[in-house]
Amino acid sequence: MARATSKRRKAVMTGLAWAVGLLIFFPILWTVLTSFKTEAEAIASPPSFIGFDWTLENYAEVQERSNYFRHFINSVVISVGSTLLGLVIAVPAAWSMAFVPAKRTKDVLMWMLSTKMLPPVGVLIPIYLIFRTLGLLDTLVGLIVVLMLINLPIIIWMLFTYFREIPGEILEAARMDGAGLRAEILYVLTPMAVPGIASTLLLNIILAWNEAFWTLNLTAAKAAPLTAFIASYSSPEGLFYAKLSAASTMAIAPILIMGWFSQKQLVRGLTFGAVK
Amino acid sequence: MGKIVLDRVTKTFGHVEVIPPLDLGIDDGEFVVFVGPSGCGKSTLLRLIAGLEDVTSGEIRIDGEVATEIPPAERGLAMVFQSYALYPHMTVRKNIAFPLKMAGMSKAQIDEKVMNAARVLNLTDYLDRRPGQLSGGQRQRVAIGRAIVREPAAFLFDEPLSNLDAALRVNMRLEISELHNTLGTTMIYVTHDQVEAMTMADKIVVLNAGRVEQVGSPLDLYTAPNNLFVAGFIGSPRMNFIEGAEAEAHKAMTIGIRPEHLDVSQETGLWEGRVSVAEHLGSDTFLHVQTTGQGTLTARVDGEFAVRHGARVWLTPEADKIHRFDESGLAIRENGVAS
Repeated sequence: MARATSKRRKAVMTGLAWAVGLLIFFPILWTVLTSFKTEAEAIASPPSFIGFDWTLENYAEVQERSNYFRHFINSVVISVGSTLLGLVIAVPAAWSMAFVPAKRTKDVLMWMLSTKMLPPVGVLIPIYLIFRTLGLLDTLVGLIVVLMLINLPIIIWMLFTYFREIPGEILEAARMDGAGLRAEILYVLTPMAVPGIASTLLLNIILAWNEAFWTLNLTAAKAAPLTAFIASYSSPEGLFYAKLSAASTMAIAPILIMGWFSQKQLVRGLTFGAVK
Repeated sequence: MGKIVLDRVTKTFGHVEVIPPLDLGIDDGEFVVFVGPSGCGKSTLLRLIAGLEDVTSGEIRIDGEVATEIPPAERGLAMVFQSYALYPHMTVRKNIAFPLKMAGMSKAQIDEKVMNAARVLNLTDYLDRRPGQLSGGQRQRVAIGRAIVREPAAFLFDEPLSNLDAALRVNMRLEISELHNTLGTTMIYVTHDQVEAMTMADKIVVLNAGRVEQVGSPLDLYTAPNNLFVAGFIGSPRMNFIEGAEAEAHKAMTIGIRPEHLDVSQETGLWEGRVSVAEHLGSDTFLHVQTTGQGTLTARVDGEFAVRHGARVWLTPEADKIHRFDESGLAIRENGVAS
């Protein structure tokens, strides 16, 4: 009896999980499907799910009209660059907060996190003016810096939680064994924190890849990443849903593939410390 | 060489004084044990010597050189931690080689030293395993191996055996003692276990609330404890303390008698009582006797001594083995002067 109930319960839970999963995935699926329709079919009502004439013409037109490859390279440079730069700053910061905490370390951490609670548009004008003065508008360097800054609190927090799980005695042992600070971080701390650093890296590349507010507002043509490439298909003259969908699919495909291959690492990183 | 001198060393955490001014000298080649109850500051003292904590005031000298400002990496000391603190991502070989690599030795030299250490510690078959694949005792040996390869001026042990089971603990105790005999290097060993202290030490430092209560050889502390704390802490089962009229008869505030210095008779004696618990260890039997007037006293008798719960016995202390203590808990020596 008990077994029967638990079996039914399991079936219901599985069904629910699939439903939630599909619900979350549906917009992406719909985007991909729409990208293979003609403009007329894309806005047809009722919409057809699979039974339409599949076409690659949107992709061809998008390729013709804009330089996908350049946007793609910009996206890679900005997301990877800002994440690596963030790690260089965050590793020592997280190290000091995890292993030599001061009285106010907790407050500093909370303060850093609080910057994420500010609506970005609140600082758009000052940042825009600063960028204009420094000549950073529409440059890759400018975007790398700004995306690094907005994701830095998350990078530091993630690394901090990782580092805190590393027993301090092991670092003390390294010190007793004759390791200076550099050797301690290089040979002992970093290898032990590699899984944590890897998932921090992956998550932040994804966050930076998908970031649209700053990339759209601070770029024009030269440094525009894939977000700007998508946005260029929503014009004031009207929406071309099929082409917009094709552009979106091309923009999200690389990061989706990367996420798929690294999902194990990502899930481990995000739940680290929650279960031991 | 490994002569360590602590000169008026103090340590405070915030407003809490963990170590009040403390002087201590450790000679080259000595096996010194810091022993005391939890929170007595013995680990802190060890960490001060290691350099993992900074002294608040005073001076630590290693082989005559002031070490107070020298970082732990450069003090030439090796430490074995309670948790072993092995590097989990490195093999046993790399763990043991790490201090040598840090010292910038050549690969050939490192290999030779690692092999030697592995042979001494029976680790040769495990060199390519990771710490996670080893038993507690093996991990402990790796930690010791990592300490011995660099030939330090002194070894620091921070409760190294407390994570091992009882049988293994006795084994490792012997191994560490043997290691000390072979290497002849200064060893400072922290423990809360007075049995470890008694069995291993050349010199025991009894600590209580950061203060040195007494320094001496194990037998010194056992036969002539300076005060009530040392008398009660050293020796197992612990010393019996008696106050009141019996103590006054010996011109003392408190008298102390060790369990093995109480004669037990089933016919006659000084103090009458009933056996509340008899612990038979085989070789010995510990009797916990509820006496009339002197409270519960513990006596140690031969393992063959046939007595059971509720039996009536008489206890008589050996007259020349009675320890006397004054009002402030200090021992009164033969000449009647408190030491």
